[in-house]
Amino acid sequence: MFWLVGFVLLFVLPILNVLPAEDSWLHVSDFALNRFGKFLAFAILALGLDLIWGYAGILSLGQGVFFGIGAYCMGMHLMLTIGSQSVYGSALPDFMVWNQVTELPFFWKPFYSFSAAVLAGLLVPACFALIFGFLAFRSRIKGVYFAIITQALALMAWLVFNRNETNLGGTNGLTDFKTLLGFRLSDPGTQLALYVVTVLCLGGAYAMCRWIIASRAGRVLIAIRDSEQRVLFSGYSPATYKLFVFVVSAMLAGLAGILYVPQVGIITPAQMGVLPSLEMVVWVAVGGRATLVGAIVGAVGVNLGRSVLTNSFPELWPFFLGGLFVVVVLLFPDGVMGMARQVRGKFAERAARLPKSQAVEGEQT
Amino acid sequence: MTEHGSIIYLEGVTVDYDGFKALNNLNFIVNHRELRVVIGPNGAGKTTLLDVISGKTKPAAGRVIFGKDRDLMGMREYEITQLGIGRKFQAPSIYGNLSVWENLDLSLSRPSKGIFATLRGISTAAEREEIDRTLETIGLQEQVRKRAGSLSHGQKQWLEIGMVILQDPELLLVDEPVAGMTDEETEQTGRLLQSLAEKHAIIVIEHDMEFVRQIARIVTVLHEGTVICEGTVEKVQADDRVREIYLGRQKVAHG
Repeated sequence: MFWLVGFVLLFVLPILNVLPAEDSWLHVSDFALNRFGKFLAFAILALGLDLIWGYAGILSLGQGVFFGIGAYCMGMHLMLTIGSQSVYGSALPDFMVWNQVTELPFFWKPFYSFSAAVLAGLLVPACFALIFGFLAFRSRIKGVYFAIITQALALMAWLVFNRNETNLGGTNGLTDFKTLLGFRLSDPGTQLALYVVTVLCLGGAYAMCRWIIASRAGRVLIAIRDSEQRVLFSGYSPATYKLFVFVVSAMLAGLAGILYVPQVGIITPAQMGVLPSLEMVVWVAVGGRATLVGAIVGAVGVNLGRSVLTNSFPELWPFFLGGLFVVVVLLFPDGVMGMARQVRGKFAERAARLPKSQAVEGEQT
Repeated sequence: MTEHGSIIYLEGVTVDYDGFKALNNLNFIVNHRELRVVIGPNGAGKTTLLDVISGKTKPAAGRVIFGKDRDLMGMREYEITQLGIGRKFQAPSIYGNLSVWENLDLSLSRPSKGIFATLRGISTAAEREEIDRTLETIGLQEQVRKRAGSLSHGQKQWLEIGMVILQDPELLLVDEPVAGMTDEETEQTGRLLQSLAEKHAIIVIEHDMEFVRQIARIVTVLHEGTVICEGTVEKVQADDRVREIYLGRQKVAHG
C-alpha cells in the first residue's frame, strides 16, 4: 500500500502533468499539482501532530507556530534572493524600505544561505519545542492545561509576527518571491520539482514515524496515553518521552513550513495563529488518530474539501469545518480510518462465518 | 532490628497537607523477604506511606532509607523504581491499548529505559523467557495476545502484579490488591503474594480482614499517621487500642 501510494504520488501524477495534452481529461494541471503539493506539505505536519496527540495523547494547539517558524525561515531566504529585482530596486526586502529600515537586521544575515535557512527551519522549531516542552512537562502540565498553554503560544507568536518592529513583514508577511537556488519559482518545472521533493519528504517522514511507533519507544508513548502513572512507576521518565515526541512533531511542522512557502509563494502571521493551529487538529481528528495514515488522509481530504468549498461558497467554509469537527468527534471518534476499519471488520465477519477460520484475538492500535 | 538488616527504614517521617498531618513522626521498618500487611482506618495514612516510599509524595521531615544506606529523599519516582522498588496501585493501572505481552515487555527491568535505548531495543530470548515465566506465575498465558483493556478486573490486577514483578524489585508495594475481587480471585491473589514473598519483601495495604488473616505474618496498624501497634494477627487483634479504633468497629460485623 505504502509503495502503491508512493508510486502514484511520485510518478503517475507528475507524468499525467507532463505528458498528456493540456485539454486531455487525463491531464493534471500545473495548478492542481501545485495545490496538491501544498496539501502533502500539510500532511507532513499532520504526521507529527498524530505522533504527539494520537499516540502520546498530548493535545498541542500550537503546531501552527512551528509551521510558521519553518515557513518564515524559508521565506526570509527567498526574500533575500530577490535582491535588487525588488520593486524599489534595493538590496533590502521591500517591506523594510517602506518601514524605513536602512540596514539588514542581524538575524536576517544567515538566511542568505539556502542550507542555513533549511537548517534553521528545522532547528529553530526544535529548540523552541525543547525549551517550552521542558518547562511544561517537567512541571507536569498535561491534558487541557497543556492545550491551553500551547494555544496561548500560538496567539503570542501571531502577535509578535504581526508587529512591524519584529522586522518580519508585519501583517503582510513575506511574499513576492522570485527564485529558489537560481530556478524561477514561476516555472512549472520548478514547481514540479518542489512537488516531487515534498512527496519524498512525506515518504521519509512517514517511514520515520512508523519506525518510532513500531519501536518499544512507540509503545511507551501509547502507554503514557493509557496510564502515565504506571509508566512513571515502571522506571521510565514520561517527561523525556513527551519532550522527544514534541520536538519531533515541531520539526515535522517546521519541515512542512519550509516546503509550503516556495509552493504557495506567501507566508503571513495568519497562517500560524490560533485558527490554523486548531484546523490542523481537525485534520488529524477527521482522518483518525493514532494511525499515521489517517493524519495524511485527513490533511489532504480536509484541504481538498476546503479548496472545493471555498471556490463555491467562500463564506460557508468555517461553518463546514466546525460542523465537520463536531460530527467527527460525536459520531466517528476514530475518523475516516476508524470507519474503514469498521467496514473491513463487517466484511471479515461475513467471510469468517463461511469457513471455520482461526479466531483473531483482540485488535491492535 | 538494626538499620542495616532492613530493606526499608523510615524514621520520623512527617507529611503535612496544609496542616493536616497525613503521616506524623512515623517510624517504620521492613526487613528483607518480609511480607508485611499495613492496616488502619480510612485516612490513617496507609497510601501516603506508600507514596512516600515510592517518591510520589515528598515528606516535610524525616528519613527514608532503602537497603543499606540509600537515601530516597528527593529522588524522582522513576529513579526509585529503577533502584528496585515496585508499586502496584489500588485501581488497576495498566496500558489498556497494548496487549498483555506488550504490557509486560514494557515493565521488564532493563539496563536503560531512556528514549534512545527504547528506540532501538528488541527483546532478547532471555527476556522473552522471563516474560513467559511471569505469565505462568500470574496465570495469564491464554490472554497473552489480548488487549489488556479487555481483561476482567481480577486479571487486570494480576497483570499489574506481573508488571511489577518483572521490574525485579527488592521491595514490592501493593495497595489493596483484592478490592473488588471475587472470593476465588481473592484466594488466588493471596497465594500469589505469598509465593512472591519468598523472593521479595512486600508491603501490602489491606482493608479485608479475612484476607489479612490469610496472608499476614506481621501486621502494622496505622492510626492518624503513626504506628500504634505491630505484631502477629493475634497480637494485633488482642490489642485494646486497636480494637477501639479499628477492629472494634469492624469486628461488630463478625460478632
